[in-house]
Amino acid sequence: MEPAEIFSRLEKRFSGKVSGFKADVPEPYLFVGAAAIVEVCCFLHDDAELNFEVLSDQTAVDWPKEEKIQLVYHLYSYSGRHQIVLKVDLPRVNTKIATVENVWKVANWFEREIFDLFGVVFEGHSDLRRILLPEDWEGYPLRKDYIEQEEYDGISTQRAPLVEKLLR
Amino acid sequence: MLFDFANVLVFTALGLGFVGVNLLIGRVLRPANPQARKLSTYECGEPSTGSAWVNFNIRFYLVALVFIIFEVEIAFIFPVAVVFRNLVESGEGLFAFIKIFIFIGILFLGLIYSWVKGDLDWIKKVRA
Amino acid sequence: MKPLINSLPETVFTTKVDELLNWGRASSQWYMLFGLACCAIELMQTGGPRADLDRFGAVPRATPRQSDLMIVAGTLTYKMAKRTKLLYDQMPDPKYVISMGSCSNCGGLFQLAYSVCKGVDKIVPVDVYVPGCPPRPEALTEGLLRIQDKMMRERWLVRSKSQTEAAVRV
Repeated sequence: MEPAEIFSRLEKRFSGKVSGFKADVPEPYLFVGAAAIVEVCCFLHDDAELNFEVLSDQTAVDWPKEEKIQLVYHLYSYSGRHQIVLKVDLPRVNTKIATVENVWKVANWFEREIFDLFGVVFEGHSDLRRILLPEDWEGYPLRKDYIEQEEYDGISTQRAPLVEKLLR
Repeated sequence: MLFDFANVLVFTALGLGFVGVNLLIGRVLRPANPQARKLSTYECGEPSTGSAWVNFNIRFYLVALVFIIFEVEIAFIFPVAVVFRNLVESGEGLFAFIKIFIFIGILFLGLIYSWVKGDLDWIKKVRA
Repeated sequence: MKPLINSLPETVFTTKVDELLNWGRASSQWYMLFGLACCAIELMQTGGPRADLDRFGAVPRATPRQSDLMIVAGTLTYKMAKRTKLLYDQMPDPKYVISMGSCSNCGGLFQLAYSVCKGVDKIVPVDVYVPGCPPRPEALTEGLLRIQDKMMRERWLVRSKSQTEAAVRV
């Protein structure tokens, strides 16, 4: 199935909640409103012809100048052999969105990683805690305005100013 | 005859002495630096949680029990095998053979019983 | 019985005994496998048949309790640093540390990362630094030989240098 057809189906079903389809990129994407993400994903998963069984990847991008954090969902269908990318824009403060864990189980870990590194809170998630960094880490490192903490667990995080030493 | 056992005494003394002297040399030569963190329980770098005294599975006991019974059976068969040639020469060979076979047969019935009951399987299948 | 460490005067006999004991220790350094990242593969190869560490008496041990050398091979993260310190503390004396590769020397390639510890010497005292990314097996073997030299120079039964100087001054 062509990505344009997928988009037209979604538009017919969820008019107003999906928009911004871009076709002439290697992975065509479309924008989904944050409030409607769960029903759009349920439709994409359950529909007999679209049949997106797999959430290949779920990541986030921080756009500080446009003041948004953009979630990206990569969906793939083994039976239909088509793929689509969903993008959701979220505000940078108080970032919250419903979880798609009930649609694809693998979203459990993807969303834990996004929470760990970006601070996006997924409502309805069964086990939202840090997955890669230690539990008592402060801050969300992949945000563009992240400032490293001075020391962790008694170990100083500051590195020796090598460039200054070399220039001297 | 008592003097022959002096060999055993000397060997025992040498054995114990060797072990003792080596332990003593180790005690004298090694550094003694006990610290709380050094003596803590090893758990691949994580601080250990909970007690190490946990219940172990009862299957190990069953395996050990079956082993002991048949090990003792083997221990009883060995003397018979050792003197069997003499028994055959003195004419009691057949008698002894039948006796030992009855002994093995009784224990074989026990083996069949525990086999059928599933005690020889690691995961006992309960027959519905 | 008190240990005789560092308590005998410096005579020909005692220094020769020291040399013997140090030679015994240096020729049988059992290293703890502490491969964290890619340097671990080079560590395995150094212990393998081509560049053999076993010919120096160095056999790999999985547990800190039986090892006297810790070869930190790979990137150390802050999450791992706590465990590294505990494992180092659980090694019996006398213990030595080789920092293998640039990641454990100074943070290496990932120096600007937020989760990487900038060098294992922030956590444990290091005796020999082996540079490289990853160091060749010959380089790691050279590091082991340097530790052997360090061990041979140590005073085991003989009084330490400072103790001898204090006695002479008096």
